[in-house]
Amino acid sequence: MGNLSFDVAHLFAGSLVLVSFMLLYQDRMSGLINIFTAHAVILSFSVGWQAYIQHSPHLFVTAAIAIIFKAVMIPVSLQRIMERLRIHRDIEIIGGIGVTMLLGICLVALSLVVMLPATAAADPLAREDLAFALSVVLLGLLMMVTRRNAISQVIGFMSLENGLILAATGAKGMPLVVEISVAFSVLIAFIVIGIFLFRIRERFDTVDVQELDRVRGGRR
Amino acid sequence: MNVPALAPVEALLVIPALSALILAFLSGYRLTSYINVISSGMTLVLALGLLFDRPEPGSYLFVDDLNIVFIVLSTFIGFTTSVFSASYIGHEIETGKLKPAYVRFYHAMYQSMMFAMNLALLANNIGLMWVAIEVATLTTVLMVGIYRTPEALEAAWKYFILGSVGIALALFGTILVYMSAEPVLGEGYNAMVWTALMLHGAEFSPRLLNVAFVFLMLGYGTKVGLVPMHAWLPDAHAEGPTPISAVLSGLLLNVALYAVLRFKMLLAANAAAIAPGPLMITLGLASLIFAGFMLYRRDDIKRLFAYSSIEHMGIITFAFGMGGPLANFAGLLHMTMHSLTKSAIFFAVGHIAQVKGTQKIADIRGLTESHPVLGWGLVAGVMAIAGLPPFGVFMSEFLVVSSTFARQPLLAIPLAFGLLVAFGALLLRVIGLAFGEPSDSIGEVEASVVPLFFHLALVLMMGLWLESHIVAWFQNVAGLLG
Repeated sequence: MGNLSFDVAHLFAGSLVLVSFMLLYQDRMSGLINIFTAHAVILSFSVGWQAYIQHSPHLFVTAAIAIIFKAVMIPVSLQRIMERLRIHRDIEIIGGIGVTMLLGICLVALSLVVMLPATAAADPLAREDLAFALSVVLLGLLMMVTRRNAISQVIGFMSLENGLILAATGAKGMPLVVEISVAFSVLIAFIVIGIFLFRIRERFDTVDVQELDRVRGGRR
Repeated sequence: MNVPALAPVEALLVIPALSALILAFLSGYRLTSYINVISSGMTLVLALGLLFDRPEPGSYLFVDDLNIVFIVLSTFIGFTTSVFSASYIGHEIETGKLKPAYVRFYHAMYQSMMFAMNLALLANNIGLMWVAIEVATLTTVLMVGIYRTPEALEAAWKYFILGSVGIALALFGTILVYMSAEPVLGEGYNAMVWTALMLHGAEFSPRLLNVAFVFLMLGYGTKVGLVPMHAWLPDAHAEGPTPISAVLSGLLLNVALYAVLRFKMLLAANAAAIAPGPLMITLGLASLIFAGFMLYRRDDIKRLFAYSSIEHMGIITFAFGMGGPLANFAGLLHMTMHSLTKSAIFFAVGHIAQVKGTQKIADIRGLTESHPVLGWGLVAGVMAIAGLPPFGVFMSEFLVVSSTFARQPLLAIPLAFGLLVAFGALLLRVIGLAFGEPSDSIGEVEASVVPLFFHLALVLMMGLWLESHIVAWFQNVAGLLG
């Protein structure tokens, strides 16, 4: 059983990194939202598995939040925003896909190099989970940097946050995980509501954040 | 029936939280701004009470020598800003810039922010502190965007995204600290409690702590406004209502700095971990020099002082990075002086922008002639913040420079250079603003000058004569910081 639980946890955490790579190169808006849904579903499986092997039922709450909120509600509302603001176009990736993927690979290597020696004393499950989690966080950051489009920046942020939840559940017996995931959900809900209600139109009419430099240029 | 007396520590949280709830249901700006002032005043009184009667640390909240400095300072500025805010918001409603419906929201958010900041300072748990700082970010984001102009929304959005990324990095660092503590303190709450962490810091895995500190420094450093993570700060200061600029500079930056300092203390307790000093010194100097040069190119008055806040947070981070009793003392003193002076400046700037109807530096001239009280208040504030004697900022800057000279003379060169660059820029700007032919005013404002001159008087007084109790108190805290 010990080996199986390790392997399954590994499988989920590793898939999360892979899906993060898929987010990196996806250049269509609807595709991006679908892949993010997959990201959230894998996260909730991973958290659920951790809840099972750590015998900590409160983590099931986190898993439930991940699947209901991030895999259903957020993608649906992003889909609606997309339709309402009519952003179906392809999205530009700064620096091109090849370079971005290479950078992503470098970041994963970096997180392995940083995390594995640092956590030498911890048990192997938590160790590798943490290295994967850091990879997901860094890939999320990379995605936020390489996108000019606000919705894909938000998706990048959410994938980053999924990495954090993965790290928090991997840390054995960490308290407040549920509270933290709730706090994060509130944050994300605010972002989405912000797009929706406060009509940051200027930003989405033009799709590209770069266009806003016009507004910014005049103000120093 | 035996009603358990509400302990002052809990009351510091309950009062703002309750007031926020009440304010959310009340309308009418006069009543709500009174409630806002009264509630902030009560919080201040309670915080001052903690100076004399300090409760035992609990499992969630605690008061010690370090956070009491921050609590007293932030509740004080929270109170004076609420007084200023009453007249400022009143004028904004009269001129129709702010819809009455938003005022209810504004006051509720103000108290929620006070609640979150008090919670962040009082939290005895690294996870709770993180949640509190996140809530404080959210409430300030909402207030920055309150004018609903495209610029304000853009500023709020930028603040939101950068602040969230910073907070996310800080959470990763927090998780790593927990993981390093878990083998020693066992699973569960105990491994996240400050008082326990501090006692056993020496036994934690140093490698994990090193990585954790980098994330915490970058994460909370974003909220401190350190270069290169500062981009949100000028926009948030310039586009939001001025009372919010005052609390951002006077309080929120300090709260984030407090988090950094706590983790620095944790690392200092562990002999095998990296010294956190050099990282803080580098970020501090970078902020100081970068902001010093950026001051020259500003043409918006609130942006100007926002960059000045980056500069001063750089000095403070630098001082704490140097460490040692003297530099820490200087850092604490400078933090206090900066918070008092900068919020005073924003009190003046808020009313000035209202009477002139613009924030453009080029369109504001001859203030000392057209509005002597506000004009001279601004001049005094800028002289203080630029580090001229006899104000307290001069003394704390002098202490930072001289303690650096004594230990690392080479580091004192960029420090003094940065200070001079910023000094020149501020002086240049204030001459244009305050003297010469007055520019047109669009109306008069019932300015509340008491908070402004009260702050300046405090800064002046502390520059001339530092009371021995305060010296002893700060020395004690400086010793703790290591």
